[in-house]
Amino acid sequence: MPKLTAWERVKIAREPDRPTALDYIENIFDEFMELHGDRYFKDDKSIVCGLGNIGKQNYTIVAEQKGRNTKENIERNFGMPNPEAYRKALRFMKQAEKFNRPVITFIDTKGAYPGLGAEERGQGEAIARNLMEMSDLKVPIIVIVIGEGSSGGALAIGVGDKVLMLENAVYSILSPEGYASILWKDSSRAEEAAEKMKLTAKDLLDLGIIDEVLKEPNGNAKSDIPKMSETIKKRITALTKELQEIDVNELMENRYQKFRIM
Amino acid sequence: MVIDKIKKRIEYEDENAGKEVHRSDIPVGKWVKCSHCKEILYKDDLHENFSICPNCGNHFRLSSRRRIEQIIDKDTFQEFDLKITTDNPLHINDYIKKLETLKEKTGLDEAVKCGIGKIHSEKVVIAVMDSNFMMGSMGKVVGEKITYSIEKAIELKLPIIIFCASGGARMQEGIVSLMQMAKTSAAIKKLNKAGNLYISVLTDPTYGGVTASFASLGDIILAEPNAMIGFAGPRVIKQTIGEDLPEGFQTAEFLLEHGFVDKVVNRKEMKDTLYKLLLLNRHEYLK
Repeated sequence: MPKLTAWERVKIAREPDRPTALDYIENIFDEFMELHGDRYFKDDKSIVCGLGNIGKQNYTIVAEQKGRNTKENIERNFGMPNPEAYRKALRFMKQAEKFNRPVITFIDTKGAYPGLGAEERGQGEAIARNLMEMSDLKVPIIVIVIGEGSSGGALAIGVGDKVLMLENAVYSILSPEGYASILWKDSSRAEEAAEKMKLTAKDLLDLGIIDEVLKEPNGNAKSDIPKMSETIKKRITALTKELQEIDVNELMENRYQKFRIM
Repeated sequence: MVIDKIKKRIEYEDENAGKEVHRSDIPVGKWVKCSHCKEILYKDDLHENFSICPNCGNHFRLSSRRRIEQIIDKDTFQEFDLKITTDNPLHINDYIKKLETLKEKTGLDEAVKCGIGKIHSEKVVIAVMDSNFMMGSMGKVVGEKITYSIEKAIELKLPIIIFCASGGARMQEGIVSLMQMAKTSAAIKKLNKAGNLYISVLTDPTYGGVTASFASLGDIILAEPNAMIGFAGPRVIKQTIGEDLPEGFQTAEFLLEHGFVDKVVNRKEMKDTLYKLLLLNRHEYLK
């Protein structure tokens, strides 16, 4: 396994042909049915929600979805959610609670969309509400960071009992470019920022922010999507069993403490 | 997270900051210029007027110390004795030194001051953020102090009031700052389940990770006139959409219009308004 720099991993996480959430979902779940809409405003395609199963276990799936080509990217707003995407996600998570289904979320976003409409419709409120409600959702939540996990836009579906990351995924407070621009007033120092930020899976595991790193086949998930999916599937299945054995009050308290000590 | 992206709209007046002059065109000493109407104001007049411009009503930024003076009954504020420090998770070279310098300069120990005090004899937990300390940005210490305050309110069965003023999450602590959003929001969920009242007051500026966590989760959300409030900073939005932002975008009044703020309250009426809200919610938190 070649040892990559943080910046090299950022570049892998951003590769245009990096597998997206739907690539994994199709492989992991026996059935998957996408369902749409936040019931208030619209269906924001930067987050995909739906139901799926692995064997007899049903799941609610919430996934940030980048486009796989230009056309898709425009449709999906390059995977940058507006408030209605987070509200859709919350609707499905609350439904999961009602039907006692575990929730699987896939994180892959450059961040919440910084647009005019997003502000008018309460981007901050939408993210805040998800953080609050996820902290007390009475079913197991497994979070998987598959590509870029940037800012509150990622965390808004990231409050879970177990947080997993693919080996080359990155998770940070904002992009290295943004970080360099704010701290050093120079966005061209992104590479340097990436090394500083502790945004790789290994760094975040050491910091206690995530729970597990999932190895990518041949050092890059795109080389073998079925194999990557199989790795994710195995962990989902095992962790679901593990989490379902915990009494719900204990599960809630564990989740609270997990973030409380950070 | 937009700390440095928010243009300082106003030159704030604050004795705590060591009588700093923030713009070279301000006459030295006793005078300050209102950024809004450009009127030159006598500092003592401004001070007596709650730091509201007597000419145009512009609300200058307030230090946490003065905020507490304006809101909490005299001699009733007891600050929580919390000795928390950051462990500098990203090992940023001059970060700790910067904090030390700021502590000395501002007399604050971090970007939020919290404790218990009384509002017209009504006991509350209060947390007041201070934009003089690294633009009120939220790192581990701020997140911890806010969370502690919320948990203390639950324990003591008291209402909690949080005055927000923040550029967002603190960049220097990276992902740890991001996680403070989850931590504080989870604490608010506990507070809600316990049935305590939470009033969030948004003051200039409230942005980024603070807007996207506890600031937006109040049972009642008040805001000061003209305060700039949003998730993304105006410069980022402008760059993204490639056009100028409409007049009044992201002001308190804009949020009121779009349904994200309950009431815009003039600073002179803030204490009485909070008091009335405490009384009107009383049965919610007393036994």
